[in-house]
Amino acid sequence: MSGATIDVEALAAASRRRKARERFLTHLALILGVAVFALPIWITLVGSTHDTDTIGRGEVPLLPGGEALRNYTRAWSEGGGGRNTFAVPAGTMLLNSFIMAMLIAVGKIAISLLSAFAVVFFAFPFRMVFFWMIFITLMLPVEVRIIPTFQVMTDLSLIDTMTGLTLPLIASATATLLFRQFFLTIPDEYVEAAKVDGAGPLRFFKDVVLPLSATNIAALFVILFIYGWNQYLWPLLMVSNRDLETIIVGLTKMIGIGDTQNEWNLIMTTAVFALLPPVAVVVLMQRWFIKGLTETEK
Amino acid sequence: MRKKVIFRGAVLPYLLLLPQMAVTLVFFFWPAGMTVWQSMQREDAFGLRTEFVAFENFLDLFTDAIYLNAAWNTVVFSTSVAALALGSALFLAVQADKQIRGSGLYKTLLVWPYAVAPALAAVLWLFIFHPSIGLVGRGFSAIGIDWDYRVNGGQAMAMVIVAAAWKQVSYNFIFFLAGLQSIPTSVLEAAAIDGARPMRRFWTVVFPLLSPTAFFLLVVNLVYAFFDTFGVIHALTRGGPGNATETLIYKVYVDGVQNLNFGSSAAQSAVLMAIVIALTAIQFRFIERRVHY
Repeated sequence: MSGATIDVEALAAASRRRKARERFLTHLALILGVAVFALPIWITLVGSTHDTDTIGRGEVPLLPGGEALRNYTRAWSEGGGGRNTFAVPAGTMLLNSFIMAMLIAVGKIAISLLSAFAVVFFAFPFRMVFFWMIFITLMLPVEVRIIPTFQVMTDLSLIDTMTGLTLPLIASATATLLFRQFFLTIPDEYVEAAKVDGAGPLRFFKDVVLPLSATNIAALFVILFIYGWNQYLWPLLMVSNRDLETIIVGLTKMIGIGDTQNEWNLIMTTAVFALLPPVAVVVLMQRWFIKGLTETEK
Repeated sequence: MRKKVIFRGAVLPYLLLLPQMAVTLVFFFWPAGMTVWQSMQREDAFGLRTEFVAFENFLDLFTDAIYLNAAWNTVVFSTSVAALALGSALFLAVQADKQIRGSGLYKTLLVWPYAVAPALAAVLWLFIFHPSIGLVGRGFSAIGIDWDYRVNGGQAMAMVIVAAAWKQVSYNFIFFLAGLQSIPTSVLEAAAIDGARPMRRFWTVVFPLLSPTAFFLLVVNLVYAFFDTFGVIHALTRGGPGNATETLIYKVYVDGVQNLNFGSSAAQSAVLMAIVIALTAIQFRFIERRVHY
């Protein structure tokens, strides 16, 4: 009998060892994953604290240097980077990116709320035609209609304007579909009650629909702000006046064709500037962000 | 589906729809229509006269070696990006789903790259792979690999794939993790009691339950690789060296914006439009099916 007890203990110990080993491997895999994500950021952060020569010589520093303050103030107020491009201060580009991202996010949410409200709470001729017209825009990303859209912008003299940069991007099928889906879950009794109280549709929209949608609006805002901030092809086409340069496009213009003689420390500093706002939004609003992401894609 | 109780109004609903419709008509439908129209036109060398050529632009495309090369690049690029981004995201999500300490922290640290623009992801990897200032780029040279993605087409392709996939892993990770967490623990426990080992449990129980998520993500990743990676290629390689990293979307830009060959660029846009429509249709058919689960 004693042999059996020993066996049980040995088995338990073996199982504990196996579990510990599994936990260790899990942590190892995740740490490696995190490291692969963090490596480029670390190199960039470190690079932004060294002088041009250190990086230009190819020393690839792995620990921060002492030039951070100088680099960041210079990039913010003067810009720099490539030898052949006209420098734009990162401060200007950040402001432009921020205005663009805010206008796109707020604009998309506003016009989608209105159109979803019309489609759900009214009956009118061609209702479904409008709905399908909005829906079809999902299939027309800017990339597949570059040249004609550019011609439209020229005809309307919207090239090199903030309006031109943002207005064509604020139509939103996904946001309209999301709000429609949500409005359909608002109980009919609410509408009836509003009618009994003599509240018109606009009053109902302001006092009932908007407050109920607050969570969805917040979640969507995170996604759309990042979408706006990360625009690339459109600003590249629309903007030639460098006062209107946005940070992501401005950054790649600083790099040019990747010349070794570039002021890489300033380019890395600018990359950090470009990175911070959207990453901060995701990390600080992680819960909203995941909700927004998983629900818009349903 | 629609509501039973609604408001009356003859003009108001149209006013509410007006902003969305105006933007959609002016910036979506009109240019899309123009794309199709221009794809059947051809300008002479001086841009003075245009003539209607029906499907000639398309015929030219499908016999053009450079276009076919771009199509092949797109296939290689998209499948590699999707495979790499989906595979590593699934692996990480399975690890993060286990009951371990610090899983919340791991999640945050794996989720943030979603916020990085594709072009910015490319720039970050350029800092790593640049042959003279990059850590890995110099490392390659040190161990005797002749590394310069600005000259070697294969290396350039590998680099745009890594940068594009890296950015997409977070997105896939979020969806895989949500999918894993929605699998009832009772199912897993039943499999464990039956004596299935973890690997076997994963492939016979977990993976089949995840397959709707995986299929949805496959479509999303292909759309991403097709259309959203313009910035990666523009920032890193400009389609080069030669035409080694020129994808369909990049070629539309080059022919339309730089070479001012409007007819061909429009025909290429029309082909891409057909691809998006097909992908979106697949996605929605599949979603409709999922609703019935």
